[in-house]
Amino acid sequence: MASEFTVPDAGAKTAAAAASPEFETEKMSLAMGPSHPSTHGVLRLQLELDGETVTHCDPVLGYLHRGDEKIAENMTYNQFVPYTDRLDYLAPLANNHAYAHTVEQLAGVEVPDRVKAIRVLTTEMARVSSHLMGLGAYGLDVGAWTVLLYTFGEREKLYTLFEELTGARFTTSYSRIGGVSRDLPEGWLEKVSDFCDGFLPMLEEILQLLTRNKIFLDRTVDVGVISKEDAIGYGLSGPNLRGSGVKCDLRKDRPYWGYEQYDFDVPVGSKGDCYDRYLCRGEEMRQSIRIIRQVIANFPAGDHFAKDAVRIFAPKKDKVLTSMEELINNFMIVTEGPQMPAGEVYFEAENPKGTLGFFVVSKGGGVPWRLKIRGPSFCNISILPKLCKDELVSDVVSILGSLDFVMGECDR
Amino acid sequence: MTAPAAADVTSALQAKFPSATSRPSVDHPAFNVPMSEAKTVLQWLRDEQGFDFMNDVTGIDWAEGASPRFTTVWHLYSTTGHLYIRVAADNADDENPVAPSVVDLWPAANWHERECWDLMGIKFDGHPDLRRILMWEGYPHHPLRKEFPLAGIETELPDLEVAAETQAKAIAAPMAGGPFVASSKGEMNLTEAEPRAKDESWNEKKPKPHAD
Repeated sequence: MASEFTVPDAGAKTAAAAASPEFETEKMSLAMGPSHPSTHGVLRLQLELDGETVTHCDPVLGYLHRGDEKIAENMTYNQFVPYTDRLDYLAPLANNHAYAHTVEQLAGVEVPDRVKAIRVLTTEMARVSSHLMGLGAYGLDVGAWTVLLYTFGEREKLYTLFEELTGARFTTSYSRIGGVSRDLPEGWLEKVSDFCDGFLPMLEEILQLLTRNKIFLDRTVDVGVISKEDAIGYGLSGPNLRGSGVKCDLRKDRPYWGYEQYDFDVPVGSKGDCYDRYLCRGEEMRQSIRIIRQVIANFPAGDHFAKDAVRIFAPKKDKVLTSMEELINNFMIVTEGPQMPAGEVYFEAENPKGTLGFFVVSKGGGVPWRLKIRGPSFCNISILPKLCKDELVSDVVSILGSLDFVMGECDR
Repeated sequence: MTAPAAADVTSALQAKFPSATSRPSVDHPAFNVPMSEAKTVLQWLRDEQGFDFMNDVTGIDWAEGASPRFTTVWHLYSTTGHLYIRVAADNADDENPVAPSVVDLWPAANWHERECWDLMGIKFDGHPDLRRILMWEGYPHHPLRKEFPLAGIETELPDLEVAAETQAKAIAAPMAGGPFVASSKGEMNLTEAEPRAKDESWNEKKPKPHAD
């Protein structure tokens, strides 16, 4: 009796269709986006479909048209800091610091330990906040609502801390060339510490919603597999690279801001599928909290700006009002920009989305001659045509979410 | 593949390619190479020196009138030696610069070269699919060139039928003469860059009107 109720074999049907010319399929083109909920910004995917299978994928960028690099060549070094907020707008603090560090290298300015500690602390907080958003949105992409609500709740707490520190929740513009714009408020470190205490159990709860979830596993395991060679060849970075099993983290390999003194692990995936990338992000948040706790435990005293940054920073306002030289200095820095030596510098920082690089060419003077931004998301999604080929349309959504990109960085 | 050290790479590269000259750089080892040798040098760096990671391909525009006008710059990274290297080559033709494509060595270069072509107008010889990436296909300008103004240039829309129907075009941002407008010399209009009072109805001679 059982044989009467068997479902027709789908595989056999497809094979029959392929064999007989009667069932020849016609390819269909599908434009996904520009503002598809899963594209995390304005990305258009021009897909060519054979049934439900993607046979060709052509990502189309260029809907934002902000011209960051052009703008940078037309304003002083200090004025560009707010524009770096808008690159990876989910982790503005990390971008601010990376840009400031690049120009500091050009100027030959060494920042004090306190600034380094503040930068490490806020960059790691930005990493947690960015990964929370990435994870929540990924959950949403593959059909889990609750994760987004939970991660948003935690992210709001972080944003409140950012607001107390920088005065803004979203566009922080906190870093300055040679330091940070203001010192930590009274009692702020305790609040960060309290946040960490509350966050860790919450993080476990959030990850529990996905890690062993049958639907989530079905949508992510063995989907969008990136081999080690491809990950390096396509220039992926951040959790997307490490998810493929490449142990490459600039915080360990080329430590900056004193990352070498903190004890943390670099999570590495084994297969390079969407699930591995998800696991990497989850573990990175735990490690970030570990770093934050170590920074707070040994927080150095001192200034929040470099001593020799007087030629970059506008001087303190009380001096401006009493000393003619300081007034002139202030005027020159504000109008003509801090005077930089001629030279070329390239710096990459390990940002939440990957390695954000700034290439600055200076001919001297207050305005960069050329400022090239290497956005990690731009490189990360360049693998899409290869990755989406021969996957199902529904898997494209899963792959997009797992790459965790931000269009602000892809599109310039 | 061996893990390179900065000094080793410098000496090895100069021994292997005598035409490569050291390029002034604040941080990483940097070299100028002739454009004809650029690809050979890059391939040698990848195969022999372990620079397996292509960070960036970009160009520098040295402004109208300069010769050579364009320089193409490659940034490589070694995931084993944790070392960066910068290779730069001047483009021979100032009008239509051409550089060799390295997409067959690093697939990562694909989008970087497309971006560089789109924004800077440097053609990459041997690129499998050199289309524009940020601007639309058929856009007549290369926005990152120094002569392109920050405000933009009025341009026909990509679809002429739509343009005829809607009478719309991509217009330049209304900022001519304003503070941060590009000039081909890369200088700002500093006389206008000052913040100034918006309300000019009163000054030293004319008293401020009472707000009542």
